[in-house]
Amino acid sequence: MPKITYKDNHENSKTIEVENGLSVMEGAIQNDISGIDADCGGSMACATCHVYVEEKWLNKIPKAEEAEVDMIDMAYEPKKNSRLSCQLIVSDELDGLTVTTPEKQS
Amino acid sequence: MKKTDVIIIGAGPVGLFAVHQLGIKGLKAVVIDNLDKAGGQCIELYPDKPIYDIPAVPECTGEELTKNLLEQIKPFNTEFFYNERVDEVKQDKDNWIVKTNKKNEFTAPNIIIAGGVGSFEPRKLSVKDAEKYEGKSLFYSVKNKDEFKNKNISIFGGGDSALDWTLELSKFSKITLIHRRSDFRGAPHTLSKIKKLENEGKISIKTPCQLESIIGEKNIESISIKFEDGKSEKIKTDAILSFFGLVMKLGPIAEWGLNMNKKTIEVNSENFETNKKGIFAVGDICSYPGKLKLILSGFHEVALASVECFKRARPNEKYRFEFTTSSKNIQDRLGKK
Repeated sequence: MPKITYKDNHENSKTIEVENGLSVMEGAIQNDISGIDADCGGSMACATCHVYVEEKWLNKIPKAEEAEVDMIDMAYEPKKNSRLSCQLIVSDELDGLTVTTPEKQS
Repeated sequence: MKKTDVIIIGAGPVGLFAVHQLGIKGLKAVVIDNLDKAGGQCIELYPDKPIYDIPAVPECTGEELTKNLLEQIKPFNTEFFYNERVDEVKQDKDNWIVKTNKKNEFTAPNIIIAGGVGSFEPRKLSVKDAEKYEGKSLFYSVKNKDEFKNKNISIFGGGDSALDWTLELSKFSKITLIHRRSDFRGAPHTLSKIKKLENEGKISIKTPCQLESIIGEKNIESISIKFEDGKSEKIKTDAILSFFGLVMKLGPIAEWGLNMNKKTIEVNSENFETNKKGIFAVGDICSYPGKLKLILSGFHEVALASVECFKRARPNEKYRFEFTTSSKNIQDRLGKK
C-alpha cells in the first residue's frame, strides 16, 4: 500500500499506509491525523482539508481543477503548493507523498 | 418563554423534514438557525450543485431541495428563528429550556439537534490583532452600506461577495480589491464591470497578494499587503471588508453535557436519542455504528426520532403508526380533504 506522510506545522510527522483509491483526506480521517477537519466530508465545499504538498510532488500529482482552486481561495493561509486533500486520490504513483497541514483549518 | 413540543436546532434539509415528521403526528415545533435562511449546507455551500441521491428525485440542486422541503412543511405554519444561535440548554424537570444569543427562550420536552457540522460563521482574517478591529473597522459582512460611504476601503476575496460589494461601494467610496491570485470567480457580467471600473481608474485591483499586517491604533489607518514576488505595499485604509466564505463551528453544542465523538454527538440508532432523555441528534451531527452522512439517512433518522418525541410530548396518548396515504388525521393536518 502507498505510504503517505502527514506533517503538522511543528514538524511532527506520521507516515501511514493508505489504500489505493482513498483520498489523502480520508486516509487522515480514518487514522485520526489531527490538522485535517474535512467539515463537508469531501464534497469540495469547505476548504478545511487544506494541505501544503511537498514541492517535489507538485508536478507529479494531477493538477487542481478550477473548482478546487476557487475553494483554496477560502482556505487558511493558502500558498502556491496548497491543495485540498479530499481531491488527492491515493495511487501507487503517490507512494511517499508528504503533505503538511496548516497551522489551523479555519 | 415560548412553549412548544419540539425545539429543532438547524434549518438544513434534515431539520426541515423533522418539522414534517412531527407535524403529521400533530406535534408543534420551532426551528432555530444561525443563518439568515433555511437550507443549511445545501444553501450555503452548494446551492447550485446537483444532488443525485435523494430517493425519487433523480437530480436537484441544494436550492431546489430546500425550496421543496419548505413547500412540503407549509401546512404546519412553523415558526422559524433565523440569525440566532442556541447558546444554552438547561433541564427543567421533564422539559428543556433553550436560550439563544438573542435572549429568546423556548421550552419543550424535546430538542432535535440537526446542526450539521455546527453553525456557520464568517472565516476570519488570520493576521495579528485582527480581532481588535472587528466590528469597528474590520467587517465580514455589510449590514448598512451607509457606514461605508466616503471611505478608503480594502476588500479581500475573489468571489461573488467581494466583487459585488466592490461594485456597489465604488459608487461612493475608494475601493481597493485584493486577491491572492489574478483570477476572480464571478459571473461574467460582474467581471466585465469590475474590469471596466479598473480601466476607468475608479477602483484599484491588487493581485496576486495577501494581507501582511494591519496598521492603526484604535482604528485601521493603513494595511500592508505582500505580493507573490515578496514586495510589500502600504495602502491607506479606513475599513477592511473580508470575504473568505463561511466556516462551520460546533460552538456551544459541545458544552451541553452530551456524549461526543470528535465533533459528532453519539446517539442510539433506534430513536436517535442522545445520552440525555429528550435530546435527539440527527443528520450529519450524529454518530452511531454505520452512520452515513447522507441527506437520506437524516430523513430516516428524524422519522424515528419523531415517534419518541410524540411519546414524550403526549405521555397520556397512545402513539399509532399511520400512513399519509390513508390517515384522515394526517390528511387533515396537511390541509387535504
